[in-house]
Amino acid sequence: MTKLAAALQERFATWALRTGAPEATPIVLSQRRVYVLPTRAGLVFAIALLTMLLGAINYNLSLGHALVFLLAGLGIVAILHTFRNLAGISITTGRAEPVFVGEIAHFALILHNPRHEERRLIRVSLPGGSEASIDLPPGGGAEARLGQPALRRGWLALPRVTLDTRYPLGLIRTWSYAAPAMHCLVYPQPAAAAPPLPTSGGAAGGRMQGSRGSEDFAGLRGHQPADPPRHVAWKNAARQDTSAQLMTKLFVGAGAEILWLDWDMTPDTLPVETRLSILARWVLDAADGGLAWGLRLPATNLAPASGDSHLHACLKALALHEAG
Amino acid sequence: MKQASPPLDAIQSWWLLGTSAIAVLPLTPHLPYWLSAGAATVLVLRAWLVWSRRPSPSRWLLVLAVVAGMAGVLVQYRTLFGQNPGVALLVTLLALKQLETGARRDGMAVVLLCYFLVLTTFFYSQSIPNAAALLAAVVVATAALASLTDSRLSPVRLLKLAGLMLAQATPFLLILFVLFPRVNGPLWGLPRDAYSALTGLSDSMSPGSIGQLSLSDAIAFRAKFRDALPPRDQLYWRGPVLTLFDGQTWRPARFTVGGDLPYTRSGVSVDAVPGDKGSDYEVTLEPHNKNWLFALELPITLPADSVIASDYQLLTRTRIVQRMRYALRSQTGLAAGEAESPRVLALATTLPNRSNPRTLALGQGWRARHADSAAILREALAFFVRQRLIYTLAPPLLGDDSVDEFLFDTRQGFCEHFSGAFVFAMRAAGVPARVVTGYQGGEINPVDGYLTVRQSDAHAWAEVWLPDRGWMRIDPTAASFPRRIELNLAAAVPAGDPLPFMLRADWSWLRDLRYRWDAVTNDWNQWVLGYNPQRQRDLLARLGMRSPDWQRMTTLLAVLSGTLLLGLTLWALRQKRRIDPAQALWLRATGRLARRGLPRRPWEGPRDYAHRIAAARPDLSAAIAEIADLYGRVRYGRIAQIDALRRRIAAFKP
Repeated sequence: MTKLAAALQERFATWALRTGAPEATPIVLSQRRVYVLPTRAGLVFAIALLTMLLGAINYNLSLGHALVFLLAGLGIVAILHTFRNLAGISITTGRAEPVFVGEIAHFALILHNPRHEERRLIRVSLPGGSEASIDLPPGGGAEARLGQPALRRGWLALPRVTLDTRYPLGLIRTWSYAAPAMHCLVYPQPAAAAPPLPTSGGAAGGRMQGSRGSEDFAGLRGHQPADPPRHVAWKNAARQDTSAQLMTKLFVGAGAEILWLDWDMTPDTLPVETRLSILARWVLDAADGGLAWGLRLPATNLAPASGDSHLHACLKALALHEAG
Repeated sequence: MKQASPPLDAIQSWWLLGTSAIAVLPLTPHLPYWLSAGAATVLVLRAWLVWSRRPSPSRWLLVLAVVAGMAGVLVQYRTLFGQNPGVALLVTLLALKQLETGARRDGMAVVLLCYFLVLTTFFYSQSIPNAAALLAAVVVATAALASLTDSRLSPVRLLKLAGLMLAQATPFLLILFVLFPRVNGPLWGLPRDAYSALTGLSDSMSPGSIGQLSLSDAIAFRAKFRDALPPRDQLYWRGPVLTLFDGQTWRPARFTVGGDLPYTRSGVSVDAVPGDKGSDYEVTLEPHNKNWLFALELPITLPADSVIASDYQLLTRTRIVQRMRYALRSQTGLAAGEAESPRVLALATTLPNRSNPRTLALGQGWRARHADSAAILREALAFFVRQRLIYTLAPPLLGDDSVDEFLFDTRQGFCEHFSGAFVFAMRAAGVPARVVTGYQGGEINPVDGYLTVRQSDAHAWAEVWLPDRGWMRIDPTAASFPRRIELNLAAAVPAGDPLPFMLRADWSWLRDLRYRWDAVTNDWNQWVLGYNPQRQRDLLARLGMRSPDWQRMTTLLAVLSGTLLLGLTLWALRQKRRIDPAQALWLRATGRLARRGLPRRPWEGPRDYAHRIAAARPDLSAAIAEIADLYGRVRYGRIAQIDALRRRIAAFKP
């Protein structure tokens, strides 16, 4: 029975989101996509009112009639208040920090309240059960963080979001669905038992020595805000059109080893995912050790560098590696 | 949507506790003492548990308490069904539910029980103050309901929210109240104990019974006369007629009833009193749990659904347990019963054996002196005046021969003494006579013109049958104390006798206030409490609805509710798009330029736009540059310059 109900609910949600998912943000919950039904408490309330009406008729209690009618009016007003609490909210997407497989991906949705009155107890939830309950100040917004387990590497799309509220009386539930286009990057899970980081000599010439001193130029890559300004390739920038991207000069430190982490260094007898996990582990170990490294994948080459942004670039490359 | 109901927090528990206390309090006068005390104990216990954050008592203890409560109710009322046991059970349940409330769902049950208890309070009183008190209780219960959803709101905000929502619900209340098709209850048999608390005249009279009633200010009925009020000494409102006497108590005889007026049938035409067309009036009778109506002597039309007994008493088929309106016409001078049946006359001369020998001898003496009943009547009235009887609300207690003692020894009595003694004496003289009880007089409320008749106007008088006249009203009290009839009770009894509050003369401003309050109460009774199917049809017909039936009412109800709902929905969806006044001015300027073919592009800021305009229309360059500059300043802080901007834009005519 519950299975049937769940299936029906799923069908309804698909129909309700007829604009097709994902939707472009900001998503405004217009009144046409806000649905209203009484809660169980609301049904009990209605039954109680009917009983009271019968009593009032039976004993000819005029004020009993009045009480029942007042409470019936209260029920109707509750519909409007609950509806009004949800309708008109606009949703934009916030950040979704990359996570590793096996962790919980957190999606931040920003709900904005255009009205000059507070909205309370907006519940935002995912089919998986993650939910957040937030209040929206007048004319302001608030962030709802939703967790979704990251099971596979790559882009994890935010599933359909349900927004609902029972405020103020709990007799009525209004809800709406939204499918904002939002993705969280999922890195491969770092292998728990990986071969040691190939830092010293040996196998397949994975290691190269920085040839000369500390200021040895090793290449250019796109500028990232965290790069020190003195490493910006200013001459390069001056030569080119203003619209071109700034480049950052890469240097190889004195005595620092340039480590190439190569797809081919992982045993090719292992499945692709495991090999990616091993590379992820290596990349993390290299970053931990303060090394500079390059990553060579069948389709991608990342020039040797160090630092957080390089780490994330490498992990992203691993996450998006095309299987097969 | 299946979720375990979340547990209640302390704030919610306090709300539920408070609303329960407010709901139970107005019922305590109507509950057995042990139940009030028990409910109070349980609420205090719950408060202590919440305050000290202790868990609720175990479930078997609660089951035990419920069983004990039900047993108590059963012992008290000997049944579990009916109005009073029902209320008692609801209170028991509410109190014990408090101890069981752990989850929000239980909280919902408590709130609903409170709404129910508010409804049951209307069994006992539907007065304006009571309604106001219970409205407050409903606001608190609704705030408690809201706290179940969001207990973080402060009590003031919760109360405000509940008040706002109930205020918004009021239009629905009005529409539904006026238009919801009314049905006359009861839908099923009422329990026997309903309406046991109502007071009024009883169908027997013994010394002291009417005197007790006379201390009450309670309203017996109100009457609205279409034309002028009949003279005050004709305002005899006929109630139970008492023919049988056992030496102590007067009781009604068995009579026959019918739908025709017995006195028209007996040959006396209704316009026997020349020049008296009769008085049309409408009576709003307070419920008294008996099946008689009151009418001015004597009615010449019968109200709907009523019958008249052979002793001229108006009766309904069912007991009057709710306020009732009826219209009729009376002729105060009408005499009736010339052709009274011998059986009735025989009953009206019967006396108990060996009772009141002195009065018996007195009456037999009159009969010996006069052959004519009218002469006996005159003699008797003269005797009553001669005896210097004293009219008092506090007569001394009387023994077995109460008539003798009243007439010859104590000589102090109230109208039941006077009328009883008079009828006894007339019967002793062989003249058919009977006691009539009812109300005499009444008081015109100057505010709304209704004649208000109170329990303190209860009266008893005599009716004597003369062969050529039929039944004739004789008021021995009036014969001895004319002021009782001409003025009122207060004028007739000696100063110092206890008097009902409303009859005291020295509080005239207070009485004015009472008149106003009575008028408001009467409107309330007529239009709110007495809003029944009949009144609903009348009102709708007066509002212009032709032949109001339930289909039309339902249609109108749906239309009005729909309109109201639409209005409220628009309110609900209103998104205040408050446009900044500076922006509005700027939009006006750019709108004028757009009509000249120079619309502002969406990405253009004021400065860029002004540059472009200046290039395209050099004649406007100075004006638009100034406007753009001012707009920028006003928009980003210098609100004071908005008047300058307004002037510039008003003068800006591209």
